[in-house]
Amino acid sequence: MTAALILSISLLTLLQFFVSYCRALIAESREHRLSDETREICGIESGDLAGEKFPRLSELIALCPESGGDSFQVRAVALYFRLLVLARSFLSWAIPSTASWIDSERGGCACAAAMFLDRRITFNRTMMAQQANH
Amino acid sequence: MLGPVNYAISLTVIVVELVSLVCVLRQKALKQHFTLVIYLCANFATDAAGYSILRTSGFESNVYYYFYFYSQFLLTICLYFVLMNLYSLVLSEMGVAKQVRAGAMLILAGTVGISYYLVASSSQRFVTRFVLELGQNLFFVGVVLTYVLWGAMAKLRENRTRLMQLVLSMGVYVSLSAGSYALLNLYPNHSFWQYYFPITAIWLPASWAYTFMKVPEDARLATARVLAPNQ
Repeated sequence: MTAALILSISLLTLLQFFVSYCRALIAESREHRLSDETREICGIESGDLAGEKFPRLSELIALCPESGGDSFQVRAVALYFRLLVLARSFLSWAIPSTASWIDSERGGCACAAAMFLDRRITFNRTMMAQQANH
Repeated sequence: MLGPVNYAISLTVIVVELVSLVCVLRQKALKQHFTLVIYLCANFATDAAGYSILRTSGFESNVYYYFYFYSQFLLTICLYFVLMNLYSLVLSEMGVAKQVRAGAMLILAGTVGISYYLVASSSQRFVTRFVLELGQNLFFVGVVLTYVLWGAMAKLRENRTRLMQLVLSMGVYVSLSAGSYALLNLYPNHSFWQYYFPITAIWLPASWAYTFMKVPEDARLATARVLAPNQ
C-alpha cells in the first residue's frame, strides 16, 4: 500500500520536474531570432512555430554536424516532445482543454529545435569560411 | 555472469561521473558546490568497487546485493548533503543555513527511525527488506524536500539558471529513484532491475555535467518562464 502510494506520487512529481527541466532548457529558444537562411531551409514563413514542424526540424538537425556538444539538449527536447505527443493522444479526448496547452508546449519544442538547427548552420558556415580562408 | 550490456552500462556510468567531476572542477565551483563534488567522488568510488565485485562475484551473489544496497544508502545520505547545500544557496540571503542543516539532519534521522520501526514491527524482519524500505523512504523524503525547495525558489523569484537546473535535475532523479524503489518493493524478482538502476544513475552526473559545461554562473532565467512559459 505504502509502496503503491509512493510510486504514484513519485510519478507525478517526476513528470512535473521533467517538464520544468525541459522548459528551463528551451526557455532561451523563445527569444532566439532565427536567421533568414534557417527560416528558408525549414520553410518557416512568419509567426510562431507549430509543433508539427518538429519531426522535420529533428531530421535536419541530424543531418547537420554537431556544434559545441548540444546533443544532450537535443535529446532532452526530443524526449519531451515524444512525451507530449503521447500525452496528447491520451489526454486530448479525456480532457479536451489540455490540447491547446500541449500544442503550445510542442510549439516550444519546435522553437528549441529551430534554434539548435540555426546554431549548427551558423557554426558549420563559420567552419567552412575558416577552411576556405586557409 | 556479466554480459556485454552490463559492462557497457557500468563503464558508461563511470565515464559520465568522471566527466561531470571534471566539469565541476574546471568551472572552479568546488567551494560553492563542495557537497556535489563529495557526492560525485563517493559515486565514482562505489561504482568502481561495485564493478570489481560484479566481475569477481557476479550479479546474483549476496556480496554484490549487500554491497549495492548499503552503498546506495550511503550515497543517498551524500545526496541529502547536496540538497542541504542547494537549500543554503537558495536561502543564503535569509541567513538560515544552520536551521536548514539541523532540520535536514532531523528529517534524515526520523526517516531511518521510521523505516526501522516499520520493518521491525512486520513479520519479515530481514535486513534486506529494511534496506529496500529505507531506500524507498529516503528517496521519497528527498522528493518532498526537493519539491519544497522548488516551491521556495518560485516564491522567492530565484533567477539563477544554474541553480534552477541543478534543483530540477535533482527533482527528476529523486522522483525517479523513489518510484523505482517503490516498484522494486512491489516486484523484487525481475531481471530488468540489473539494467534499470545503473541506467538511471547516469541521469544526475550527465545533467550536472551539462549544467556546469553549458550554463554560465551569471546566466539568469525568470522562474515564471519555467512555470508558465506561454503567459
